[in-house]
Amino acid sequence: MVKPIATTRSATGVPTGRLAVWWVIASEIVIFGGLLASYVMHRLGHPEWATYAAHTNPWAGGLNTLVLLTSSLTAVLAHNAAERGNGKRAANLLMLTCVGALTFLVVKSFEWYHEISEGFTITANGFWSFYYCAAGLHGIHVIAGAIIMLFVAADARKNKELQRVELIGIYWHFVDLVWIFLFPLLYIAK
Amino acid sequence: MSSNVDAHAAHGSHADPHALHDDSHYIKVWGILVVLFAISFAGPFLGIRIITLMTAFGIAVVKAYLVAKNFMHLDIEKKFVVQLLVVCLGLLFLFFLGVSPDVMKHWGWNWRNDSAKNANIPEHILHEGGAEGAPEGAAPAEGAAPAEGAAPAAEGAK
Amino acid sequence: MAESHAHAHEPHGHAHHEPEGWFKHYFWSTDHKMIAKQYLLTGMLMGVVGAYFAYVFRMQLAFPGKPVPGYGMVTGADYNALITNHGAVMIFWVAMPVLIAAFGNYLIPLMIGADDMVFPRLNRLSYQIFLVSAIILGASFFVQGGAFGGAWTSYPPLSAKAEYNLTPLGPSLWLIAVALEFVAFLLGGINFVTTAMNARAPGMKAFDIPMAVWMIVIASIMFMASVGPLVAGAVMLLFDQLIGTGFFDPDRGGDPVLWQHLFWFFGHPEVYVVLLPAMGFVAEIITVFSRKKLFAYKTVLYTSIGTGVLSFFVWAHHQFIAGIDPRMANVFSVTTVLISIPIAEMCFVYIATLYGGSITFSVPMLWALAFIGEFLVGGVTGIFLGASGADIYFHDTYFVVAHFHYTFFPIAIIGTFAGITYWFPKMYGRHMNELANKVHFWITTVAFNGIFIPLFILGASGDHRRIFDYSNFPELATPEMQAMRVFATVSLLVLLAAQPIFLVNFFYSMFKGKQAGANPWNANTLEWQCPSPPPHGNFDVLPDVYRGPYEYSSPDRADDFWPQNSPS
Repeated sequence: MVKPIATTRSATGVPTGRLAVWWVIASEIVIFGGLLASYVMHRLGHPEWATYAAHTNPWAGGLNTLVLLTSSLTAVLAHNAAERGNGKRAANLLMLTCVGALTFLVVKSFEWYHEISEGFTITANGFWSFYYCAAGLHGIHVIAGAIIMLFVAADARKNKELQRVELIGIYWHFVDLVWIFLFPLLYIAK
Repeated sequence: MSSNVDAHAAHGSHADPHALHDDSHYIKVWGILVVLFAISFAGPFLGIRIITLMTAFGIAVVKAYLVAKNFMHLDIEKKFVVQLLVVCLGLLFLFFLGVSPDVMKHWGWNWRNDSAKNANIPEHILHEGGAEGAPEGAAPAEGAAPAEGAAPAAEGAK
Repeated sequence: MAESHAHAHEPHGHAHHEPEGWFKHYFWSTDHKMIAKQYLLTGMLMGVVGAYFAYVFRMQLAFPGKPVPGYGMVTGADYNALITNHGAVMIFWVAMPVLIAAFGNYLIPLMIGADDMVFPRLNRLSYQIFLVSAIILGASFFVQGGAFGGAWTSYPPLSAKAEYNLTPLGPSLWLIAVALEFVAFLLGGINFVTTAMNARAPGMKAFDIPMAVWMIVIASIMFMASVGPLVAGAVMLLFDQLIGTGFFDPDRGGDPVLWQHLFWFFGHPEVYVVLLPAMGFVAEIITVFSRKKLFAYKTVLYTSIGTGVLSFFVWAHHQFIAGIDPRMANVFSVTTVLISIPIAEMCFVYIATLYGGSITFSVPMLWALAFIGEFLVGGVTGIFLGASGADIYFHDTYFVVAHFHYTFFPIAIIGTFAGITYWFPKMYGRHMNELANKVHFWITTVAFNGIFIPLFILGASGDHRRIFDYSNFPELATPEMQAMRVFATVSLLVLLAAQPIFLVNFFYSMFKGKQAGANPWNANTLEWQCPSPPPHGNFDVLPDVYRGPYEYSSPDRADDFWPQNSPS
């Protein structure tokens, strides 16, 4: 498809793709925020939820925080490589980020498997409902981000559409940011 | 004058001054983030509630700031982008302020929400009053309706 | 639905568009104008569906217990499903797609002098998701138990538990349809905002943007900022329905009022999301047909931004009777009454624009003037409902229904007709029949008042709004009250009877109407400076912009209009 001329214009000075990603993130902030604000007010209104939260596994959550932080690093290094026109290095770093996403999901599925087998299902009580909802919504974003990253990496390897490396990177940092807040909300505050 | 002339100007991130740092800068930021994470992870082991909250959420904010500034490059992005994101965060606080009086409180002027107040509270909490740092052993579904308590265990067995 | 000129591509230097098959042209097009027409026609079709629902339940209210011609006997469950989906369809599948998606798609690239949206394929995806959501909503009528009947606000616990609403599948399908629709408009909204921010013609500064574009952009931003919590809430409610979580169940630590907050945190800005585009159309129309510069362009712009900001602070006035914290009710009363200031300001500005102009009472102008007048009635009656004390009496009576329709009918119906009649010559290159349009205008407007003025009176006399057969309530089934219900229903029948005039006119004129030139109204904005209908790529040469959009009757010029792209 030929890109319309409209796509190549930049009246604000921010390239169109990046501007759109910022808008995506703005609307994602309110989606996650609505859920997390609802969670926080329930949590404050129900002090007894602290006892349920005691059953989350901070080691799994902590490991995943580390994994996501590191995958954010590889994403930004990929961006740096793309800025310098090194599409191959950018693609490799993006693939490394995908490995991070996969690790995150594997850790998460072990964690969920143990929690569910101990009876802490999504219907167990309010805390676990919010726990699975928030982490699940975040997990869907991890999966979506990783899939998009594969396409971007395939293009970048051929030195095509290198600006997209930055775009998926910004999105990935946002996913990381959400987890930075989910981690204390779900695992640490007890 | 045709707009063809300018149409292809200012396109793509290559035109921006985004490649300001070496890789070492990002690795340094990552190192700081890992250290901060370690502190927030260690916080609860002290067992002091106020320190736990500070290390958990204070550090989360610092980490978020570092990621947004260095990795998302909000420091060299146009100002209106930052403002946009801050406004969206502000909306959350607005939402919280408007809604929390209804959800957090279980009684007020002319109303009580006994169901929510009593829901799922394990026996020892109802009687002892304290909530934080409750000992282990209180199965999550203990205080719930019997049907609810049984179902998760059955599902888990499968 | 063919465009006679669709394939007559004039050569233009930018992009080369291959000749395309009819499927690609009508169903798989990335051209913003075709997507706009898809949205418009889908919205009109859904409008017919929504109007049919209104016909059935109004007939039931006026003549309870008698079979409705074209439907049959109306049971209580039918009535609930009809009234729920009338509301949902008219707001989510008529007002939103037509006012924002159809006109936004059509107008934004043309009015800012671009060749397309910045993300054409995202745009196509947006329509396709929207279409799927409409199909899912339609399917919910044919599942076991029937369609959802818990009101368009879908409050739990009625919406959350099948043992209460007796429709095991309807509520979930309804919720999925609404959530998909939100996704479609999120994609569309990001596209609109990015296009208007980045793809403007060279020389078009912030205050050279036509008001219609500004308003659609502000509305899209409001939509994006407000819908998030409800998307999260929809997932939560869906889990409550399908897998038995207890987010909104107080017995399990949840809170049903939380849903109302999540819903109205979106739902009230939503009113302004659809209002602002209609306000923008009116601004375009009254300047063209009074040949005057828009009075106080910046005031309109700032008040519409102010409306957008304030609209985030008023949501809980929908919940005064839901048992919310009374301290919050006081705050929300004040903010609710405050929001009438910027809206009134806008109406005054429009009236000031008319003052001293050389006014032509063309069909779009009639609709625009009717919009201002009727919307004022809606706004003024809102003041009663904004005061939390009065609201406790009026809420859940027909007063609320009448107030709501006096705001939404001008927005979604009058505003849409204003837009369609104004931009039809651009969309299809032909004029609609003026006489038929005028007949349609007068019958529709008069009949609309005939429906809802009786409902104000009924509501003030205590007529509860959620009753399907008043014969069971003797104090509400007095002959006087029943006579008003019959009057309202007869007015609705008159209104519906007038709509075929428009539909026939619309489709006939598409092929056989009088040819319209590129700029039949002598307007300034850029969409009138390209051929009618615009080819793929819109402009022969993409325009540059030299001045604001409303330079009419300039004393320095022989012509009384001064196109934005004309260098001198």
